[in-house]
Amino acid sequence: MHATYAYPKFPYIPSEEQRTGTVKRHPVVVVGAGPVGLTAAIDLAQKGVPVVVLDEDDTVSIGSRAVCYAKRALEVWDRLGTAQRMIDKGVVWKIGKVFHGDHQVYQFDLLPEPDHKIPAFINLQQYYLEEYLLDAARQAERVDLRWKSRVLSVKPQDDHVVLQVETPDGVYALEADWVIACDGAKSSIRKMLGLDFVGQVFQDRFLIADVVMKADFPAERWFWFDPPFHRKQSTLLHMQADNVWRIDFQLGWDADPEEEKKPERVIPRLKAMLGEDTEFELEWVSVYTFQCRRLENFRAGRVFFAGDSAHQVSPFGARGANSGVPDADNLVWKLKLVMDGVAPDSLLDSYSDERVAAAKENLLNSTRSTDFITPKSAISRTFRDAALDLANEHPFARSLVNSGRLSTPTTYTDSPLNTRDTDVFAGKMVPGAPATDAPVEAAGQPGWLMDRLGGGFVALYYAGSDPVPAEVAERLDALARGPIPFAWHAVTDRRREALANELLDVNGRFRERYDATPGSLHLIRPDQHVAGRWRNFDADRLAAALNRAVGR
Amino acid sequence: MATLVTENRLASPDDFYEALIDTHRDLNAEQSSMVNAKLVLLLANHIGDMEVLKEALALARKGV
Repeated sequence: MHATYAYPKFPYIPSEEQRTGTVKRHPVVVVGAGPVGLTAAIDLAQKGVPVVVLDEDDTVSIGSRAVCYAKRALEVWDRLGTAQRMIDKGVVWKIGKVFHGDHQVYQFDLLPEPDHKIPAFINLQQYYLEEYLLDAARQAERVDLRWKSRVLSVKPQDDHVVLQVETPDGVYALEADWVIACDGAKSSIRKMLGLDFVGQVFQDRFLIADVVMKADFPAERWFWFDPPFHRKQSTLLHMQADNVWRIDFQLGWDADPEEEKKPERVIPRLKAMLGEDTEFELEWVSVYTFQCRRLENFRAGRVFFAGDSAHQVSPFGARGANSGVPDADNLVWKLKLVMDGVAPDSLLDSYSDERVAAAKENLLNSTRSTDFITPKSAISRTFRDAALDLANEHPFARSLVNSGRLSTPTTYTDSPLNTRDTDVFAGKMVPGAPATDAPVEAAGQPGWLMDRLGGGFVALYYAGSDPVPAEVAERLDALARGPIPFAWHAVTDRRREALANELLDVNGRFRERYDATPGSLHLIRPDQHVAGRWRNFDADRLAAALNRAVGR
Repeated sequence: MATLVTENRLASPDDFYEALIDTHRDLNAEQSSMVNAKLVLLLANHIGDMEVLKEALALARKGV
């Protein structure tokens, strides 16, 4: 199928339960070993929870599917210890260019500031991504990957869920305290539970081609409206690993997908785009349509939906996997706290509340992009072409040109887990926002703030040039001994080593990005989102914020 | 709070009206539609205020 890639085949191993005919109760069962299911499984395993992962296939993602992984997804994977491999194999990029006809309309930069560990975006074929996640899952040791395992039925009980699973050896039952359904857009779990999944279908088709070639194009996202090589339609170009280029051609609704997939149709399109003399090899061809829709609620009792099983977006803006991974990131720490009896069950409702808010934002953006790329009416197309025409000469019109608003993490603005600001702060680190990175030094070693966040709650106390008052340190240490996983760091502006947990703000980025003044404190959640921030330390206030952040 | 002005602000209404019709001279329906669309975008940007624009959009839609 691919010149550059050979699909691994994972062995089907009959489970002990099926062999012996015993029904076992597992703490968590994840359905679907795709990017989102594996992320959830690795995170749970690293937190000490054994996980069974059921997948109906026995290999990685087939074909050309997800390509662009955003900073936030990479930060989640970095926390799980698997991002560097992806970044090394993938193609790092941050510049996008938009063309109309044969000239450039404008360009954008997705990470216009320096001093971040993780890049804005990487491009990597989904089969590589899944291979690396599978390696991390195996290393985590508590992940029980079961291939050729198809869920036939889901029966929720009062305090657990019963699943019937079909394997090459027949059908067996297993039980789970909790189920995470990461089984994709066509989720059978969702269908079995009879949950509505409504939204809109867009009347358009796109041809995807993965093409191997040595090309002079830079590692940038290039999008064309009405290029000379594909008149009246759009084209998108991305560089992936192994000199494989991903090209999306808009075909329109009237196109016949079976006809368009034929090499004799695809190759002339590619030659028109790349030039007659460019040598290339066609590795993969498929045609896709897309829809924008979501579940009303991502929680159904003891079953959670994450990724495409919960929400589906059009691909412009890379908001699919890049919102599924933060779903897993949001859910796992909450599930662990509930399983440990530290947080009430209602904390799990906040998973749906917060991630539905994110899905709404992603659906809004991807729908708007799709309306611009695939106008739904004649007048919509006229306005679209008017914006493109004006964009040639007028900067204001360039901001209307929408070839995709690339994925950014959602700020949980209205989440009840936040503690609202009572002090005035500048900048973006509002309660609910994803924490931003800064270069820091710990015990003389250069590093990154993001590496110190996540896993549990972290308080960042900005000491500046002052010592950390003894009573502040004592109260923070006391919180760390409490039931909620909690750690703290003092952030300083000069090397001191007075306390083991000190982070040096090497070039003032932390102070700048967090608008920190001596005594200010930021409480960061296990998913690296800000829970609250204050100008002065108050132990009771902080304890209250910590409780609020776990739904107590 | 800014609102859309619907009292007359055109110093010479007939001059404007003629200029508007004249802008469309010799254009077919499709071309005129494009000109109108560009004009809407240009003027909307000049106005800028989203509340004013929403009012104008609502008034334009009214009765259609």
